[in-house]
Amino acid sequence: MSTQALFGQLLIGLINGSFYALLSLGLAVIFGLLNIINFTHGAQYMLGAFVAYFLLNKAGLGYWWALAVVPVLVGVSGMVVERLMLRHLYRLDHLYGLLLTFGLALILEGIFRNEFGSAGLPYSMPESLTGVYNLGFMYLPIYRAWVIVASLAICLGTWFLIERTKLGAYLRAATENGALVQAFGVNVPRMITLTYGFGVGLAGLAGVFAAPIYQVSPQMGSSLIIVVFAVVVIGGMGSIMGSIVTGFGLGVIEGLTKYFYPEASSTVIFVIMAIVLMIRPQGLFGQR
Amino acid sequence: MAEEVLRVADLHAWYGESHVLHGVDFSVHRGEVVTLLGRNGAGRTSTLKAILGLVGRRTGSIRVNGVETVAWPTYRIAHLGIGYCPEERGIFSSLSVEENLVLPPEIAAGGMSLDEIFEMFPNLRERRATAQGTKLSGGEQQMLAMARILRTGANLLLLDEITEGLAPVIVQALGRIIVKLKERGFTIVLVEQNFRFAAPLADRHYVMEHGRIAESFSAPQLASKTEMLHEYLGV
Repeated sequence: MSTQALFGQLLIGLINGSFYALLSLGLAVIFGLLNIINFTHGAQYMLGAFVAYFLLNKAGLGYWWALAVVPVLVGVSGMVVERLMLRHLYRLDHLYGLLLTFGLALILEGIFRNEFGSAGLPYSMPESLTGVYNLGFMYLPIYRAWVIVASLAICLGTWFLIERTKLGAYLRAATENGALVQAFGVNVPRMITLTYGFGVGLAGLAGVFAAPIYQVSPQMGSSLIIVVFAVVVIGGMGSIMGSIVTGFGLGVIEGLTKYFYPEASSTVIFVIMAIVLMIRPQGLFGQR
Repeated sequence: MAEEVLRVADLHAWYGESHVLHGVDFSVHRGEVVTLLGRNGAGRTSTLKAILGLVGRRTGSIRVNGVETVAWPTYRIAHLGIGYCPEERGIFSSLSVEENLVLPPEIAAGGMSLDEIFEMFPNLRERRATAQGTKLSGGEQQMLAMARILRTGANLLLLDEITEGLAPVIVQALGRIIVKLKERGFTIVLVEQNFRFAAPLADRHYVMEHGRIAESFSAPQLASKTEMLHEYLGV
């Protein structure tokens, strides 16, 4: 096996890791404040890719427009879901939120499969990002480099927003004790709506990133989301840095496994999850 | 007599199915320190929570600075000028000491500046960089829980069991702080178990039992009421 192949797998690992990190980050933010395990997340990622596809083919708005518009549209659709449905479940067991979001995912995917079939739709790469860099030891497609860098920047930006700003302090405080933060005069219900919209918007954004790499297809989310949930469990439910580090880290580990022992590449994350659950059930970055 | 800052009338409150307040009536005037005394479970903490809308359901009337708030959501009520220091202090472990201190949003002009706050609570100045609010000692956490509501411009402070579990020297310090706050014109409702702490500070006392006000008397009447208090408080 060549070093070229090794670097190739590492690159694929980093790309997959970018999506794991972006998606598990949104899940972590949502779980932290809403206490809801958002099973619709994969479908919302798929929705992001489809909205980008529609913008291009129906409205003539290209990739860069999609990057700006799709997270907002998908995020707003999430806020509507939160206002109309999720809001009624906060006082109930986790299980109800899980059931509702799982059901929504099935409905969304069903609608898109019915309309567009299971075959993927192509989404062309923006022209400015086509081509490859020759790094000497390997060829690096520019679009993939862009996705890795942009995802990392968004992840770190989100971390900064939550851990280092006043807005983030409200969010962390409300995660611990929402009633008290409300008693101080903060409109926590609105914050919850916006937070859900933000987390879902991140999923939509990941969908736009994914559209030129993978095909735009109704089941693109459901195949990814299972791995993402494993990432969330390994990183620690609700931990921001945990989702980022484990997202990228597990992507790379998966890539390396593909190189050294390809037979295990689709199970390695779940093996790690099982080991982490046995040794540190709260996850690598989880508290208590 | 000064204007009424808080007027609670026929207040009933429920947590789910359990009916915890059965028609509470009391009032607090500007600049007063008033206590709610009573045994555990008499409804004192629930009364404070009901004022802030933190119970499941409530009926009756709660006027804050003349405004009827019984139908309001919690986050609007604070903006009428209420600062709340909960039982168990409510310090956030994911926030640093400084973040905890500046967390409550400003709700009115005229709050204390950070310098004034640090002058009142010198320990907090030294500990402000501590990365986790809950790393402070119990006394320091209590100071922090009070300090953070003085910044906001609130003029009515609802303080729930601020002396609970603290060493006598810290309880004395808290007593001096209450006196200073009263001098600065704050109106204070103290929910207290520690009657010896509350007695010299308060202008008036309310005694609660079974979710309603059972007795009320002013500070000068205290001497003649000790017998009755022993009975209600079991001290």
